[in-house]
Amino acid sequence: MAIPEPKLRFDTDWKYAPAPESTEHARIDRQYELFIGGQFVAPRARKYFDSINPANEKVLARVARADRQDVDRAVTAARQAHARSWSKLAPAARGKYLYRIARMLQERAREFAVIESLDGGKPIRESRDVDVPLAAAHFFYYAGWADKLEYAFPGRRASPLGVAGQIIPWNFPLLMAAWKIAPALACGNTVVLKPAETTPLTALKLAELMRDVDLPPGVVNVVTGAGDTGAALVDHPGVDKIAFTGSTEIGRLIMRRLAGTGKHYTLELGGKAANIVFADAAIDQAVEGIVNGIFFNQGHVCCAGSRLLVQESVAAEVIAKLKERMETLIVGDPLDKNTDIGAINSAAQLEKIEQYLAIGKAEGGELYQSSCPLPDTGYWCRPTLFSGVAQSNRVVQEEIFGPVLSIQTFRSFEEALDKANNTPYGLSGGVWTDKGAKIFKMTRSLRAGVVWANTFNKFDPSAPFGGYKESGVGREGGLHGLDAYVELR
Amino acid sequence: MATVSAVPASFTPAMPALERVPRVDQVGVEERVARFCSRSIKKESKVQALKLALSMIDLTTLEGQDTHGKVTQLCQKAIHVHDSMPGLPHVAAVCVYPTMVAVARRALAGHDIKVASVATAFPSGMAPLAVKLEETRIAVGEGADEVDMVISRGAFLEGKYALVFDEIVAVKEACGPAHLKVILETGELGTLDRVRRASVLAMHAGADFIKTSTGKVQPAATLPVTLVMLQAIRDYYHETGRRVGMKPAGGIARAKLALQYLVMLRETLGQDWLTPELFRFGASSLVNDILMQLEKQATGAYQSADYFSRD
Repeated sequence: MAIPEPKLRFDTDWKYAPAPESTEHARIDRQYELFIGGQFVAPRARKYFDSINPANEKVLARVARADRQDVDRAVTAARQAHARSWSKLAPAARGKYLYRIARMLQERAREFAVIESLDGGKPIRESRDVDVPLAAAHFFYYAGWADKLEYAFPGRRASPLGVAGQIIPWNFPLLMAAWKIAPALACGNTVVLKPAETTPLTALKLAELMRDVDLPPGVVNVVTGAGDTGAALVDHPGVDKIAFTGSTEIGRLIMRRLAGTGKHYTLELGGKAANIVFADAAIDQAVEGIVNGIFFNQGHVCCAGSRLLVQESVAAEVIAKLKERMETLIVGDPLDKNTDIGAINSAAQLEKIEQYLAIGKAEGGELYQSSCPLPDTGYWCRPTLFSGVAQSNRVVQEEIFGPVLSIQTFRSFEEALDKANNTPYGLSGGVWTDKGAKIFKMTRSLRAGVVWANTFNKFDPSAPFGGYKESGVGREGGLHGLDAYVELR
Repeated sequence: MATVSAVPASFTPAMPALERVPRVDQVGVEERVARFCSRSIKKESKVQALKLALSMIDLTTLEGQDTHGKVTQLCQKAIHVHDSMPGLPHVAAVCVYPTMVAVARRALAGHDIKVASVATAFPSGMAPLAVKLEETRIAVGEGADEVDMVISRGAFLEGKYALVFDEIVAVKEACGPAHLKVILETGELGTLDRVRRASVLAMHAGADFIKTSTGKVQPAATLPVTLVMLQAIRDYYHETGRRVGMKPAGGIARAKLALQYLVMLRETLGQDWLTPELFRFGASSLVNDILMQLEKQATGAYQSADYFSRD
């Protein structure tokens, strides 16, 4: 199905001038150390790695690579802080620190947003309007719970687990740090955080912020590095709980290593969400929801609506409108306030996405990409559709983690539901219809942790988030998020 | 001077299948609008857009107190928008009551500025069809290039779509060569679903433009309502190949808001609609705010309102 004729022309004479966000207020040091016991300390082996800007492939900073001994130092600092200060504090005092973190994050929002976009490639519009405000909202939300745990678990006594080892991904570096740190601290745990290798900078800026709000030393520690750093954290006997967000592959590995250790864990893993559009949906708004579902954050979203299921009677119309809409998406400089789609996070991820594009074509899928120009340097991928694909195709089954949408049609409600659930994943889903009853019927039958109706990719600290099946174990956010950080008696 | 209607000779009005008109989700529309409003329009692209907006204005006076003198002076403003600033476009049209059409026609003689007249018992539309048609013929006879009619909202809300459709067809015929803008008075329609349906009805009946409001009812033009109408225009274009114009009217007094409308227009309908031939602002105080912003872009300073003529 082609773009509707006659075509609209979006290469207009009136163009938007570049509107880059200023980087003046964003301070990035040339080198970052590990944050252990309230101080920045050099890694023992003096090994460092570069964090680069995926939009221009330039080095932003050198970052310490923590080895097993460094991780041990961090865990020891967290243990001591837990025993000596944090678990002894009045709950209301823990809340006070969290409120302070939240407020300071708001004060420095612009700097955090700029660095998040520089380091990760996401458009400034998203880091400014979504990532940073939501991160602050998570701290505010869990600050409120700190002294109200007895109301969260009525009739039971909630005590902290101890030290939480937290490993976070590169798609929402600051937001994931907030998701993990806020409930852990609210419940009285201390933290060793391991940011992703390609996006460590905002976590390190957050460490600076923790120091600036006078958080007791060792309550939050940040160890940067690659997979082996994460493995050292998972294996450390002084860690009481592992919280991981990332790929299902690594999640499986972690679960295996944790088996029999008695450590608590929550895993938030991959997804391949169905976004189901019925014929009676508000079509123009559904198209917008499809775009937000798959192209938000370059599709680097575990809960992305990466499988479009559209009812056959409106399929041609929806696809045509989707293609037309894609022509107006601006791909480019993440710091430009008008950019809709930024840079792919890393060369490795771009390679993975391109492999899937080749796989999809080889499987017989019809590939469509918007015609937008791409910058010369950096890692970029045009918004992409695959139509004419089926449940048996890999581009429908596997998580691509890029701006690539597979499109299938369905006739009946049952067929849509069956296709939607026929996946090893179960993190999220979307349903678009004008009929309230159909929304309830579908949301109850979908085996997915989060289901959005007539919208997509909406997040709130009070809403639990997590998956079925291979999408993970446990819930984060909301009241449920507290569960993962307390021992109940 | 009269413009040739954009509706081709081969056009035959046909009642559309209203049950097939897409549904509209208000929350989704408002979210989309918020995205348009977050576009950052700076420097040369701002100047370009401000001038474009200026060229799209239907400078309007529709008061019982309108006088020959007031209309004549408004026409002078249309011609000499701000002569101290070279390179400015003139506005698209001057919009008046039928009794003032001849006055405006004389005042604008020799200039490529259209005369638009409201008709059909503006703003309420509460008159028999025969009266509406006669008023339309008089306005065109006096020299109106464009006629802004109102639909019978009562009939529309009662579900008498065929009656509304037939009225528009009849007024279009009475317009002869003059352009027809159909005012939906969206502030009285209540829901975006009805806005979309009324838009489809008007276009199939032969409207050259669809227009939000009379300016006499609140709310007048809003960004969400305009987006729904632009999407209706887009779908109608894909269906028929005919380009219908859009005119938000009332409540657009600030340059910044006008730029947000243009962003929405650009990203919904694209290049072909970025022209006064197919997009108008029904406004009057907007002119001076645009001028003030242009001065700011040129000199870096805001000037007092007294440096801009008010007619």
